[in-house]
Amino acid sequence: MRQGRVGIEISIAVAEAVGQCDVDCIAAYPITPQTHIVEHLSELVADGHLSAEFILVESEHSAMSVCCGTSAAGARTFTSTASQGLALMSEIVFIASAMRLPVVMALVNRSLSSPLSIWNDHSDVMMIRDCGWVQVFVENGQEAYDHVFWSFRVAEDRGVMLPTILNMDGFILSHVIEPIEFVDQKTVEKYLPQFRPIHTLHPDKPVTMGAFAMPELFTETKMAQEDALVQSKPACLKAWEEWKELTGREYKAVETYKTEGAKTLFITMGSMGETASVAVDEMRGAGQEVGLVKIRLWRPFPVEEFKKAVEGAQVLIVIDRALSFGFGGPVASELRSQLYSMADRPKVVDFIVGLAGRDVQPEAFIEMAKLAGEKVDSGRDDEYEIYGVRE
Amino acid sequence: MTKPMDKIGWRELEVGCVILEPGNASEYLTGSWRSQRPIVDEEKCIKCAQCWMYCPDAAIYQRDDEVYVANLDYCKGCGICADICPKDAIKMVEEE
Repeated sequence: MRQGRVGIEISIAVAEAVGQCDVDCIAAYPITPQTHIVEHLSELVADGHLSAEFILVESEHSAMSVCCGTSAAGARTFTSTASQGLALMSEIVFIASAMRLPVVMALVNRSLSSPLSIWNDHSDVMMIRDCGWVQVFVENGQEAYDHVFWSFRVAEDRGVMLPTILNMDGFILSHVIEPIEFVDQKTVEKYLPQFRPIHTLHPDKPVTMGAFAMPELFTETKMAQEDALVQSKPACLKAWEEWKELTGREYKAVETYKTEGAKTLFITMGSMGETASVAVDEMRGAGQEVGLVKIRLWRPFPVEEFKKAVEGAQVLIVIDRALSFGFGGPVASELRSQLYSMADRPKVVDFIVGLAGRDVQPEAFIEMAKLAGEKVDSGRDDEYEIYGVRE
Repeated sequence: MTKPMDKIGWRELEVGCVILEPGNASEYLTGSWRSQRPIVDEEKCIKCAQCWMYCPDAAIYQRDDEVYVANLDYCKGCGICADICPKDAIKMVEEE
């Protein structure tokens, strides 16, 4: 096992973290840009470094089906996918959460076809936004590595028991080599207790899982599921607090950067927060009152933390990495909805940015701030814009 | 089921809606769905058991006198037994 600060590809570091979590089962089908994660896990198993079942499946639909089965049998279970793979497994994704099976999935975000593209945006995760999993976004390699442990910790919390998606941007994170601080095995053992499922498939005590519900009962099952996800937030926060105590690395549901006194705030999710922070530094240097808010916890959505983070701002510039065709950016749409009841709510300007890996430089944020100002001044702030599209 | 389905509150459900008493589907009497019921002509029945084999709900059983009849608690009235009977011994009749 690696120790200390290591220069390593982020996908490999994520796979190493999964190994450190001592998973019992991995079921996955390779798909770009997730491939290096599961390839490295298969090596760890084949070379005897990790005692786990690596189950080769014929599709992502089967991968998630196997994950549900192994998790139901009490095995700590991991999978990873992206884009088309997620689309194919989506049927079972919704079942895993309703059955409260704490599978952890690294979703290496990639655009959905067509046209065929292997590059990064958030159209895959937005497709399954309402799947009922805990969903978290990371910004760099260290965050990706750390959140593998966090994901298992939250998912398997006895009060949560929900599957968890770790969103990491394809290529921009997955294929980049960064210095990453590894934790030792004693820290992992302190942080992540043994998986103790509430119900398991076992011949000694037969139970029925995934049964049928009549209309008289279905609504109650969905209320119970909704309550579980909403109530998972304290466990999410506690898992970050304890990680900070053990490693010194601090994470929040909503991160802020130079928001003090800012009239305009960029809102990002995932790796684009790093680029935006460079732009904010530059704009602050030029005397502009701008800041940055990064949404880390996407589900359950941290309403209070978000509202507090944007308090006092007049304009929010939302960087959406997906498009809800015929409506606008999914993140901006949700944030507008959350802010609607506020008396002094800020204007929300929505840009759809960086689809399918189109490069976004700090200069783009400076230009978007200018465009947002013009939109607000001319009363066009509620029109979404696909930034940088050619006529 | 300790309670009828339409009386169970969401807080009473097991985590993941797990059912701790397997096989409790038998408590749900699907015979109430039926609009026609199978009537066996006991003189014609040769006890070949084809109705028993083909019934998709396992609702046909053999009485002590060896004649095959439907358990009306579960028979949904699909008519497969009447269709498969080689002696035309089963007739579907409208429920009242």
